[in-house]
Amino acid sequence: MRKVAIYGKGGIGKSTTTQNTVAGLAEMGKKVMVVGCDPKADSTRLLLGGLAQRTVLDTLREEGEDVELDDVRKLGFGGTLCTESGGPEPGVGCAGRGIITSINLLEQLGAYAGSQELDYVFYDVLGDVVCGGFAMPIREGKAQEIYIVVSGEMMAMYAANNICKGIVKFAEAGGVRLGGLICNSRKVDNEMEMIGAFAKKLGTQMIHFVPRDNMVQRAEINRKTVIDFDPSHSQADEYRALARKIDGNEMKVIPTPLTIDDLEKLLIEYGIAA
Amino acid sequence: MAMPADKKQKSLTLEGKDLARVRKQLLAKYPPKVARKRDKQIVVNRVAPDGTVPEIQSNVRTVPGLISQRGCCYAGCKGVVLGPTRDIINITHGPVGCGFYSWLTRRNQTDPDSTPDGHNFMTYCFTTDMQDEQIIFGGEKKLKQAIQEAYDNFKPKAIAVFSTCPVGLIGDDVHSVCREMKEKLGINVFGFSCEGYKGVSQSAGHHIANNGIFTHVVGTDDTVRPGAFKINMLGEYNIGGDAFEIERLFEACGLTLISTFSGNSSIDKFANSHTADLNLIMCHRSINYVAEMMEKKFGLPWIKVNFIGAEATAKSLRKIAQYFGDEALMARTEAVIAAELPEVQKAAAEIRPRTEGKRAMLFVGGSRAHHYQELFNELGMVTLSAGYEFAHRDDYEGRRVLPAIKVDADSRNIEELEVHPDDTRYRPRISADRISELQSQGIPFADYEGMMPEMAQGSLVIDDISQHETEKMIAMFKPDIFCAGIKEKYVIQKHGIPMKQLHSYDYGGPYAGFKGAVNFYQEIDRMVGSRVWSYLKAPWHKNPELAAKYGFEG
Repeated sequence: MRKVAIYGKGGIGKSTTTQNTVAGLAEMGKKVMVVGCDPKADSTRLLLGGLAQRTVLDTLREEGEDVELDDVRKLGFGGTLCTESGGPEPGVGCAGRGIITSINLLEQLGAYAGSQELDYVFYDVLGDVVCGGFAMPIREGKAQEIYIVVSGEMMAMYAANNICKGIVKFAEAGGVRLGGLICNSRKVDNEMEMIGAFAKKLGTQMIHFVPRDNMVQRAEINRKTVIDFDPSHSQADEYRALARKIDGNEMKVIPTPLTIDDLEKLLIEYGIAA
Repeated sequence: MAMPADKKQKSLTLEGKDLARVRKQLLAKYPPKVARKRDKQIVVNRVAPDGTVPEIQSNVRTVPGLISQRGCCYAGCKGVVLGPTRDIINITHGPVGCGFYSWLTRRNQTDPDSTPDGHNFMTYCFTTDMQDEQIIFGGEKKLKQAIQEAYDNFKPKAIAVFSTCPVGLIGDDVHSVCREMKEKLGINVFGFSCEGYKGVSQSAGHHIANNGIFTHVVGTDDTVRPGAFKINMLGEYNIGGDAFEIERLFEACGLTLISTFSGNSSIDKFANSHTADLNLIMCHRSINYVAEMMEKKFGLPWIKVNFIGAEATAKSLRKIAQYFGDEALMARTEAVIAAELPEVQKAAAEIRPRTEGKRAMLFVGGSRAHHYQELFNELGMVTLSAGYEFAHRDDYEGRRVLPAIKVDADSRNIEELEVHPDDTRYRPRISADRISELQSQGIPFADYEGMMPEMAQGSLVIDDISQHETEKMIAMFKPDIFCAGIKEKYVIQKHGIPMKQLHSYDYGGPYAGFKGAVNFYQEIDRMVGSRVWSYLKAPWHKNPELAAKYGFEG
């Protein structure tokens, strides 16, 4: 079983990319579980056809200690298993602690047990690694490989670089590695070259360049992944390609984060000067 | 302000031991950086003719890894300052341990019969008992429920909420909850952001408690109660019944006690404490902020007093009488002292031959290490070494060093209230002329001269003593008695040294005032005279091993 975590700046398209990729893996016959680690609990919406999920933390709160795996896990597109950690409303409590509690509970309930015969677990994590709780999926024994969703926009690259710093910390203590950058295009000038160079400086690869296409938006409005909504569309093939690349990926590294100066130089070189 | 460090001066000795070497030995085991820091907190006392003493570093972070005596901010706020008030329901917002382990551990006594409603909530432990769920989803809802439930069950006059560490981390807004519940219930509800991790010791919690009580309670009732000589007693926590003894003396002298902060106290008394004419400060460290703010806002001055020790008690009572300058009051005060002292002197005369020359060490609190030296002096005992847990430089060196104290980031983190004279209620109680007249008669206003000027030359002053240093001091000097708190007690006793707790008084007290002095003499006589410590070593540690053989060996 491969445990994969997807990180990236807020709003970059982590959940969309994750679910579309998972749909691709499911189509290939892989058994995948998706663990949404966002208090908004919207990481499995496209796989489930809507926000129909009771979150782990809500269930724990309502049922007390008597929680079964099936209470918190739903079957989605292509036999994918979908769970959502859930968490507090914006501005109260501690979402990070929620993720820790939720992942521990899933472990206790045997969601990762060999008997589940999973090929993949995907953790879709909220935004930046702001505190210990959001690093939970990359701590020892949890996710082993990380993909960072990024675009050619400056702040997205800052965030990606920052996440790499977090990975370095946990890579030394645990076994987590960076599998690559997924460029979710924003149609920034020179985007592919710039992210390619950025990946190289980080010591990793741009595993796939996902072009921008309105089809993604259309599928989302219909609560579906592109593969589910319009299997013959070219964008569906992009996600299939990404799924295949991840499935075959052998390049897993401890990244070498850039200094702010180097990062800005890179932006000037590719972004402005080009 | 302070004298330059004592490096160039000739070293003093303590009981024949060279103090420079003693200091060296205390620091020997520390890594260089730790030793450098502790070096500034271990000072050989020298009192210059003008009363100045060497500078001692204090109120700074404890080095991680050193076993310190200190407590946390929450302990200082809830446990020390507000815990002794009987009719405020004190709710600890946090996991259950914080509330439970801070409940009544200081043996603060109270007399519920002295208020008409008889409310006494000190025997209850109130906590929101936060669980995982409140940490994740926020604890405000449960806090509201707790306040409501406490109100429904007990109908108190006031409810106070104390924040523990997790509350600060997850950002529960206790103050807005309190405001909302105050509105809803129509009683005073107020909160304290006294999360344990704030500041370097419980001292931060004292300050936060002072600010809260001043903002939310003091001055909310302008009723002027009858009485010619109205006083407040600040920094007296009625441990072992100390406040009862002091109250007895006030009454005998004809003084009217408006409020005590906070031994044997009631919220109604806090509320109109600003109508008194004089504030008396016992524990300068924990309560001077309220006194300062009351003076600025309402105009009542404060003086430092000490009711620990018979001589000190007499002196303090005389100071109060002199402040009011009333002949009859002064005569009554003298009569009280004359009536009380003989019994104390009789007890001292009987006990002193057995305690004379015995040696004490005191490491406790932010005032107690100073005050109790009085009682030991009265027993003819010597204080070899003393220090505070959480005091600041002004408690060691006197308030004269206040302008020179560097305010570091840790202190800046604790709110300093800006206080201005009240538009209608500010009233200077005595004229500036009268103040200078009294000052010339030896009554310093708004002043505390600190512990060190009253200690002997060449005694050792150690701030925030560590367990390692405690054990070293015991090994080097073998004092006849050691005073500290519960955390230190058993380690010290294992060295065969009698140990007296000066936070909780073990099972004893009161030790304040005249009757308290007698109690203390008897207790110390019993402790330093006890032979039990000589039996601490098992016989086989002293005598040669017994040899024997089995019968079958022939």
